[in-house]
This record gives sequence, structure tokens and C-alpha cells, in this order.
Amino acid sequence: MSGAAQNDPGKASGGKRGGIGPVGPDRLLVIVPAYNEEGAIAQVVESVHTHVPGAPVLVIDDCSEDSTIDVARRAGAEVLSLPHHLGLGGCVQAGYKLAYELGFDYVIRVDGDGQHDARDIPRILDRLKTSGCEMVIGSRFDGENGSRTGVVRTLGIRFFRCVLRPILGKPVHDPTSGFVGVNRRALDLFSRSFPLEYPEIEALVVLQRKRFRFEEVPCRMRPRTTGRSSITAMKSLYYIVHVLLGVFVNVLRFEGRRRAQPAEKKEDRWTTS
Amino acid sequence: MDHLLNVTTGLSVLLLAIVLVSVRRAHIRPEYSVTWLIAAAAMLVLSRVRPLLELLRRLSGLPDTPLTLFLMGAGVFLIMVFRFSVILSHLRDDNIALAQRVAILEYHLRTQREL
Repeated sequence: MSGAAQNDPGKASGGKRGGIGPVGPDRLLVIVPAYNEEGAIAQVVESVHTHVPGAPVLVIDDCSEDSTIDVARRAGAEVLSLPHHLGLGGCVQAGYKLAYELGFDYVIRVDGDGQHDARDIPRILDRLKTSGCEMVIGSRFDGENGSRTGVVRTLGIRFFRCVLRPILGKPVHDPTSGFVGVNRRALDLFSRSFPLEYPEIEALVVLQRKRFRFEEVPCRMRPRTTGRSSITAMKSLYYIVHVLLGVFVNVLRFEGRRRAQPAEKKEDRWTTS
Repeated sequence: MDHLLNVTTGLSVLLLAIVLVSVRRAHIRPEYSVTWLIAAAAMLVLSRVRPLLELLRRLSGLPDTPLTLFLMGAGVFLIMVFRFSVILSHLRDDNIALAQRVAILEYHLRTQREL
């Protein structure tokens, strides 16, 4: 932890005393959903402070049973503490809601387990600002970094690539990545409508429904150092069925919108990157 | 057949009694007890008014009366389970929104205290 952070955690978080607020030209907030991540959260927060100085860090604690909140605060993060366990989607959406209310223009989500490399945050932010698209995904497969994942997860990712390709109208290399940046338009959307369980894939279809655009940038992924993934081998089948259902429902809603607005049919296509 | 109808009558009366006691003890809110009461009453009527059961059997084209009674009961309870799934889904959405709002308000409260 930097000396500045040790002296004034509020300042280290990029916020003012009495809470965070949009600061600097970027008006960027880094959110970190966390559940029982006391072993990794300090390193995650400190890493963000190091590589994105001045950006506030908001840890959203999903009612952890360990000391995640205390560790995060000591590391210089602001903490949004949920009163009971909501799951990943509800946890992330709470962060989006607060960020939208506080007036942030950009929000980048970094997982609390330390797998995402904070050095890639500026790249995601830069793409968000220059491309004008609503969401940028940090992809472990886009580019030459080629991070390794387990066999089951790799098969799942390939399966969902095939499912999403015709729906989105463009390929997505890493649909399950949680390393995601959004601008204020997507923030507005997600603070009102966000999938509650396993949100990454469904969020892409929610974006598509609104004709928002996304892009991918290559990012590094590190192996998890502490804790376990919420998606175990036993849960994989449930994950696939659940996400497929969510995608299907969102596509039905999308089709309903298209039928209701035939005059705008031509604008339903994605602008590819 | 008579034995089956008597068992159905007994179960229906038991269900009615359980629901009414639960409402009295505030274990079930009255608005959610109505569905159970209607279901129990429907099964009670079907098991006691045999001509009505026969009429339903003929209308549905089923081969025998016990099967009609069984399918009617299963249908009623499937509809109830579906209704409660809808209610649960709404409650879960409301619960999540409320939990998020509580967290955000607590955050604002804490930051105001720090000023």
C-alpha cells in the first residue's frame, strides 16, 4: 500500500472525505464486487490505486462472512455493504446504481479475487472514451496474450460464442469475462435492468436489446490466488441452462421491441468494431 | 371409488383446517391463503358431488372417474405452484431492489456522518 493511502484512505480512494465522487477528467469509478475475498481484496485495491491513481475504488461487499469489509477499507477503498447476499448480478448492479447516482461517467468492474490485472484498466478506459461504444470487455482471448482457462470453462466459452454470434451480429471472444467497462449510457441501463445471476453473457444481450455497442480489448488474466470460483464443475450444467434461458428471454423481448417498432428495423444491427 | 372419494374429502377438510389455523396464527397472509382455500374447497366439492365429477369426466373425455379426480387435483395444485412461483419472483425482485437501496442509503448516511 502506498504511503499516501496509509495516511488518508479517503484520498487514496480518489474520493473526498465523506464519500466518493467523480473526480478528474475521466470521472471514472472502479468497482470491485467481493464475497469472502479477505485474502485478495487488499492487493486488488492497492493494485488499482497504483495503476489508476486518483480513481476511486468501490468494493461492493455481498455480505461476506469474513473480514473483507475491514481489509478493503484499510486498503483505501470505499465499501458498499449489502445487507444480505444477493449474488454477483445484484452485487454489481448495486455498484452501478450508486455510481449512476453519484454522477460517474465511466465504471470499470474488476473482480475481487485478483484475477484481473489493474494495468489493463487504462486501456479499457481509453477504448471506452475513444470508441464511443457503451461497453468494453477485457478479453483474455482477444489478442496474443492467450490466458489459459480450464477445459470445462473453455468449452462453455466456445459454446456461448456460437450462441451469441447470430444474436449480437458480431463475434465476441470472451463473453464470460467480468473485466468490463461501461459508460454512462450503459450505466443508466444496467442500473435499471441487469441480470442477477451469472450476468456477463446476459448483459451483452441486454445491451443488444437497446442497440448499444460493445468492443473487446486484450487483457491479462492471472490465476486465482485465494478462494474458489462460484461456478464449480457441478454447477456448470445449471449455469449453461440458466444463461441460455436468460439469453432466450432477452432475445424474445428484443424481438417484441422490433415488432413494435417496424420503422426502426434497419437500426437494429450492431455497429461492428 | 367411494373409498377414494372419502380419502379426498378427508384430505380436503384437513387442508382447509390447516390453512385456516395458519391464517389465524398469521403463518400465512390472508391474501395467499385464498388460493389454498379455493383449491381445498374445489376438491371437497368434487369429492362429495358425484354428478359434478361425472360431468367433468364426460367433458374431459377421460376413461374413469378416479383418474378425473386425480388429474383435477393435480391441475389445481400445478396452477397454485405456478402462481406462487410468480409471487416469489416478484418478491425476490423487490427484495433485491430494497437490499440495494438499503445499502446505498446506508452508504450515504455513513458518508454524511464523516463530513
